[in-house]
Amino acid sequence: MNDQTLTPEERAANLKGMGCARKRVEDVRFTQGKGNYVDDIKLDGMLFGDFVRSPYAHARVVSVNKEAALALPGVVAVLTAEDLAPLGLHWMPTLAGDKQMVLADGKVLFQGQEVAYVVAEDRYIAADAVELVEVEYEELPVLTDPFEALKSDVVLREDLEGQTEGAHGPRKHHNHIFTWEQGDKDATEAVLAEADVVAEEMVYYHRTHPCPLETCGCVASMDKVTGKLTLYGTFQAPHAIRTVVSLISGIAEHNIRVISPDIGGGFGNKVGAYAGYVCSVVASIVTGKPVKWVEDRMENLMTTAFARDYWMQGKIAATKDGKITGLWCHTTADHGGFDACADPTKFPAGFMNICTGSYDIPTAYLAVDGVYTNKAPGGVAYRCSFRVTEAAYFIERMIEVLAIKLNMDAAELRRINFIKADQFPYQSALGWEYDSGDYHTAWDKALKAVDYEGLRAEQAQRIEDFKAGKTRKLLGIGLTHFTEIVGAGPVKNCDILGLGMFDSCEIRIHPTGSAIARLGTISQGQGHATTFAQIIASEIGLPADDITLEEGDTDTAPYGLGTYGSRSTPVAGAATAMAARKIRAKAQMIAAYLLEVHDDDVEWDVDRFAVKGAPERFKTMKDIAFAAYNQAIPGLEPGLEAVSYYDPPNMTYPFGAYICVMEIDVDTGEWEVRQFYALDDCGTRINPMIIEGQVHGGVTEALAIAMGQEIAYDDMGNVKTGTLMDFFLPTAWETPNYTTDHTVTPSPHHPIGAKGVGESPNVGGVPAFSNAVHDAFKPFGLVQSHMPHDHWRIWKIASGLGMHG
Amino acid sequence: MSKMHVKLTVNGKEVEGLAEPRTLLIHFLREDLKITGPHIGCETSHCGACTVDIDGKSVKSCTTFVAQVNGADITTVEGLANDDGSLGVLQEMFREHHGLQCGFCTPGMITRAHRLLQENPNPTEEEIRFGMAGNLCRCTGYQNIVKAISASADILNAQEPSGSEAVGQTKVEAAE
Repeated sequence: MNDQTLTPEERAANLKGMGCARKRVEDVRFTQGKGNYVDDIKLDGMLFGDFVRSPYAHARVVSVNKEAALALPGVVAVLTAEDLAPLGLHWMPTLAGDKQMVLADGKVLFQGQEVAYVVAEDRYIAADAVELVEVEYEELPVLTDPFEALKSDVVLREDLEGQTEGAHGPRKHHNHIFTWEQGDKDATEAVLAEADVVAEEMVYYHRTHPCPLETCGCVASMDKVTGKLTLYGTFQAPHAIRTVVSLISGIAEHNIRVISPDIGGGFGNKVGAYAGYVCSVVASIVTGKPVKWVEDRMENLMTTAFARDYWMQGKIAATKDGKITGLWCHTTADHGGFDACADPTKFPAGFMNICTGSYDIPTAYLAVDGVYTNKAPGGVAYRCSFRVTEAAYFIERMIEVLAIKLNMDAAELRRINFIKADQFPYQSALGWEYDSGDYHTAWDKALKAVDYEGLRAEQAQRIEDFKAGKTRKLLGIGLTHFTEIVGAGPVKNCDILGLGMFDSCEIRIHPTGSAIARLGTISQGQGHATTFAQIIASEIGLPADDITLEEGDTDTAPYGLGTYGSRSTPVAGAATAMAARKIRAKAQMIAAYLLEVHDDDVEWDVDRFAVKGAPERFKTMKDIAFAAYNQAIPGLEPGLEAVSYYDPPNMTYPFGAYICVMEIDVDTGEWEVRQFYALDDCGTRINPMIIEGQVHGGVTEALAIAMGQEIAYDDMGNVKTGTLMDFFLPTAWETPNYTTDHTVTPSPHHPIGAKGVGESPNVGGVPAFSNAVHDAFKPFGLVQSHMPHDHWRIWKIASGLGMHG
Repeated sequence: MSKMHVKLTVNGKEVEGLAEPRTLLIHFLREDLKITGPHIGCETSHCGACTVDIDGKSVKSCTTFVAQVNGADITTVEGLANDDGSLGVLQEMFREHHGLQCGFCTPGMITRAHRLLQENPNPTEEEIRFGMAGNLCRCTGYQNIVKAISASADILNAQEPSGSEAVGQTKVEAAE
């Protein structure tokens, strides 16, 4: 054997397994324009669907006249709610236990809502026909403010009138959706009443949108001969979509094949089910032809799932020397016209109850009230795990506000309140069990890396210079220590539409020692085909380059709940390791048979089983694979494959320390990020190159959100930020370079100790940027100011503080 | 709607077809010519996913009528690989430096970078960032894209000057 001369280390390196900065296998296709995204799919006779959308945010639909549209050559059909009603498809269930109109059923509740669906021979004719559909509206009073909505006599959801019980308990008002309470209210109020110091603030996390570069879309193809529906689409959860389509359409689930092809970014936007999917399926059934629907950018920003829009009223109590004693939070959550949040069923406000953050806070209380308004539905986890970004922003702002009240350095305030390494597993006051962490080590490493004391000295000098009229630029130092909760999740408390949030992996070893693995997740840029092969390579000793990885085809992949909430590595990554270990267990028996020793007398060595004490007697995994297919081994079935459905015992809790140094011009409101240091601890690191790439991208999305990106409405409910002209996506020009760093605190319950990282940089990045802005103005009296901190708003802060003379 | 005859050179090959006067170049490329590398991300010229090279300039094909460019010489990302199918320098460097994730912006990004390096063979980081500002990426934060372009410039500059634009297609030595 030619590899007998290699050391174990050399053999391990050849596998390109865990820890290797393996180049991505996906990139060979993508760099040549050979990706296969949904709009690249072309089927014979394919028709195009397009929507007539409401220009009003709240209106009755008096009539819809299709005649002129239907008369246009090339138009095949125009569907309205009336056409869908006999099928029971004019409404659909949402992921949050509410229901949502597929096409306007008598009224519209947000601007851009789907009113009619036009089907035509090409997309140009469809667009023409949309213009020809005549809709008569009767305007109704518009509610865009959730606080007003809770007081208003205007009923938004007339379909729910008289229903005092919602999917998540009692409804207090006709525009109220739910109240969700966690923690001990009485105890927290008692702590607040007795505290040395209480800081109180309203922290608003504005409405924004995930805005993946590829919009949402699908191709529905009903084969009338076989009765089989194939649905291609931008689905972050293809299996869940299959089940939902089956439940609402009545088509048996085995007759539905859902395929997620390459996906051009998701960030939570592509988790839910949209009207476009339902209408395309119906149109394909009606016409017998494939129907493609791909939304344009304006439709994407105006109508598919938004993120955030949380008004978080907070109170934080501490002793006079800064030990936090209690945290209270009441959140008013603006859900728009329908409650279409994508959260596990039992968590209508997601994991907002991680809002005690990285701190040992003995007593806490959280209440969230969900409210209907005349805005688009959604509330998805935009590059975060179910409202974790809101929670992290809330606590990291409250810490800063408390530091002002205590006149204490915010870095020190964090340090004295961190959960200590020896307190893990840590039970939080709001109900979570943090798996592992070492916050002090990470924090000290971060402060040292940026020379925190030096920065504070520079800032003090800058303030003096500013006051002396020598400069008009301020220096802000934005600190954040965040703790995430990802990897939903244990089936015992996490499900979506009743589907437990496990995930899966199936591995088949081929006779010649290569393999294929299929997972229940779906990559949208995370590089699963690269990294999951690395897990398998390390577990079973076959080179990652010899392992094909497939996702996204529900006819071939095992059932899984998909990719969002940083759950792929914590859940499907665990399933991958477990499936690989089943293969290794069988391989051990085969090796023992081939070596003519007892099973217990062989031991695993990188890529082979060797006889204990006689390492020159071994069988490589490649030898074993062939034997599995060509030898009759007593007591063993032929073949070498395994499947694992992994139900995680707990969430994972990645954490990190981020520091942003920002220059701010008080006269123009312009900002420049001078330095950004990101330390992440995501447990075991599978591919450092991909981890760093995730951090760069996630921090850039955080930069966008904190510094300019928003979905804004005027009083009439018009979307003011519906194109990329108004909706801020940073270019290479305003995006800084980032310094990445890490510590490694493995998850004790995950088979390979990994925790997930894709969303950490957004969760930690937003407060780091926002805190930098606040920190710059803090010496001049600023306590709290709402995001996004665009140039205009920063100018207004300076103006409001009297800094413009 | 009546159609007009259009003739183009795309990735070195002469092609012709019929198009409505309002047909956008991106749709003609994607639907008629089945060249699906250039993508549609915004339809308003902001994102650059549709970027192609037309007669030596970077152009956003989502806001260009095919009729406007009748007779033009067009290069898309499909035309930037080597003749033997191996990756061109920019393509290889994007892979080497992890300059892409979901891949949706990548064809436009690489096509724009190709032109940028023709315009400025030895750009500074600042010049790369400015020169690429018409192409949006939601995944990478640009840091590795900048690295990939900078590394490509180094490789191309170290090679024998060929005096032709085909220099962008020269094969890079194995970069593992």
